[in-house]
Amino acid sequence: MDCVIRIEALSHIYSRGTPFEKVAIEDINLEIYKGQMVGLIGHTGSGKSTFIQHLNGLLAPTTGRIFYEGADIFASKTATRDVRFKVGLVFQYPEYQLFEETVYRDIAFGPKNMKLSEAEVDERVREAAQFVGIPEELFEKSPLELSGGQKRRIAIAGVIAMRPGVLILDEPTAGLDPSGCEGILQNIVDYRRKTGSTVILVTHSMDDAARIAERIIVFADGRVAMDGAPEAVFSRADELLAMGLDVPAPTSIAKALRQKGLSLPDAIYTLDQLRDAVLALAGGGGETC
Amino acid sequence: MLKDITLGQYFPGDTVVHRLDPRTKLILVIVYIAALFIAVGYVSYAMMLAVTVSCIAVSRISPKTILKGLKPLIFIIVLTALLNLFYTGGEPIAQFWIFKFTWEGIKQASLMVLRIMMLISGTFLLTYTTSPIALTDGLEKLLNPLKKIKVPVHEMSMMMSMALRFIPTLVEETDKIMSAQKARGADFETGKLTDRAKALLPLLVPLFVSAFRRADELAVAMESRCYHGGEGRTRMKQLRMHSRDAWALILGAAVLAATIVMNVYGL
Repeated sequence: MDCVIRIEALSHIYSRGTPFEKVAIEDINLEIYKGQMVGLIGHTGSGKSTFIQHLNGLLAPTTGRIFYEGADIFASKTATRDVRFKVGLVFQYPEYQLFEETVYRDIAFGPKNMKLSEAEVDERVREAAQFVGIPEELFEKSPLELSGGQKRRIAIAGVIAMRPGVLILDEPTAGLDPSGCEGILQNIVDYRRKTGSTVILVTHSMDDAARIAERIIVFADGRVAMDGAPEAVFSRADELLAMGLDVPAPTSIAKALRQKGLSLPDAIYTLDQLRDAVLALAGGGGETC
Repeated sequence: MLKDITLGQYFPGDTVVHRLDPRTKLILVIVYIAALFIAVGYVSYAMMLAVTVSCIAVSRISPKTILKGLKPLIFIIVLTALLNLFYTGGEPIAQFWIFKFTWEGIKQASLMVLRIMMLISGTFLLTYTTSPIALTDGLEKLLNPLKKIKVPVHEMSMMMSMALRFIPTLVEETDKIMSAQKARGADFETGKLTDRAKALLPLLVPLFVSAFRRADELAVAMESRCYHGGEGRTRMKQLRMHSRDAWALILGAAVLAATIVMNVYGL
């Protein structure tokens, strides 16, 4: 697989040389592959937010290097600025960054900064709005008049409109109701399917990560504690719990059932897998549903 | 980074300076400033310098922190030094082009710089060793007599403590919004002055929106806890003067008296 972002020996220390010095992340080595859907999980303060701000050059590493498609993103000022358009970062609670008078102009802010032509900007705004399910009737409204969920979609569209090769979302579902969460996650899945871009989803909801990620990276105390396919990571449920993290609800149900003496397979982390496994057991017992 | 702003920052500690009543400290700072402006000659400056240095030493605030606080004011300090250096009359001792150096100029410049630095260090010492809450409480108590002439002292000090309380929050928020807009390609650092002013719009609009939202929420939170102004309001932490406050005030008065006497004799 093609490597899109390579991180080499990345460390970041805040307020270096003062009494408030704090090591946020330490010696991170990772390769993110093209088109991958990565779930980044970790406790509050585990360094995941610091980490993702390095990927688009917002924070400069204390030591270590980051490469986007083979080129060092801190090689020059222009390289660092250009990478912002290639690696789109949606912050936590992105609705607080909306500022324009109309929804349309807010989504167009990123593409305009890329110095694209008027027509190109227009095309991208319409496409991005469509991805997140914002109808064109809302284009001339003020973003501040809309509901929380809609505001968040507009903020996400503002980043998608730059057509980044890598889209990073920091807790995109935080503070939304279940149907709002569902909608946004579905938007992300659809977006990736249609564009083939790489997506990094930062979350502490194990269920979300289990459902949509192909690869899970677990951060603990500023280091990469686990990295692998969801079944590999979630089969180490005890270690996750020891780190103060959850496991997906289906995994803990399967674990409880196993303790009751049912012989379920190891890798269960989505509701579908749990259902199939339980049905298979029932089927094995000679009964049909 | 914005986080490095030290203005008005409080460094908790447990020294005599920290434990003094905020009212005492406020009065002492006013006395200190007055003394600095009364001081004229080398002797009185030496005394003021000794007072400043020993206060800083007693407070255990590292001199580095104090010097860092002076950094943003370097421009003003240098400007004062230059103006005094070249615009003070007297016998020239050296001359380059239109610049004349005189002993009087050098003396005047160094005294002025020393005065500004001491002025700033002294006031910083107050905010470094007194929590903002204690400071506003002290201010409210000190201004209490003004209530008689219908000055809204309580309301003013409440506003002040809220403003102080929300400075770090707003700084953090500014940092966050700035990062978010930079992630969308906003450029705050380069370009012409007009471009840069325009570039601030994506930062200021969300900042104001959230400040108003916060103010609204705070007002609701206060009202739902039955806040209705200062009338009949009691305090959990009562301010009390101790013997150390009396001693500190006596010392302050002595320093002020000494500078006045020295001023009369031109020392």
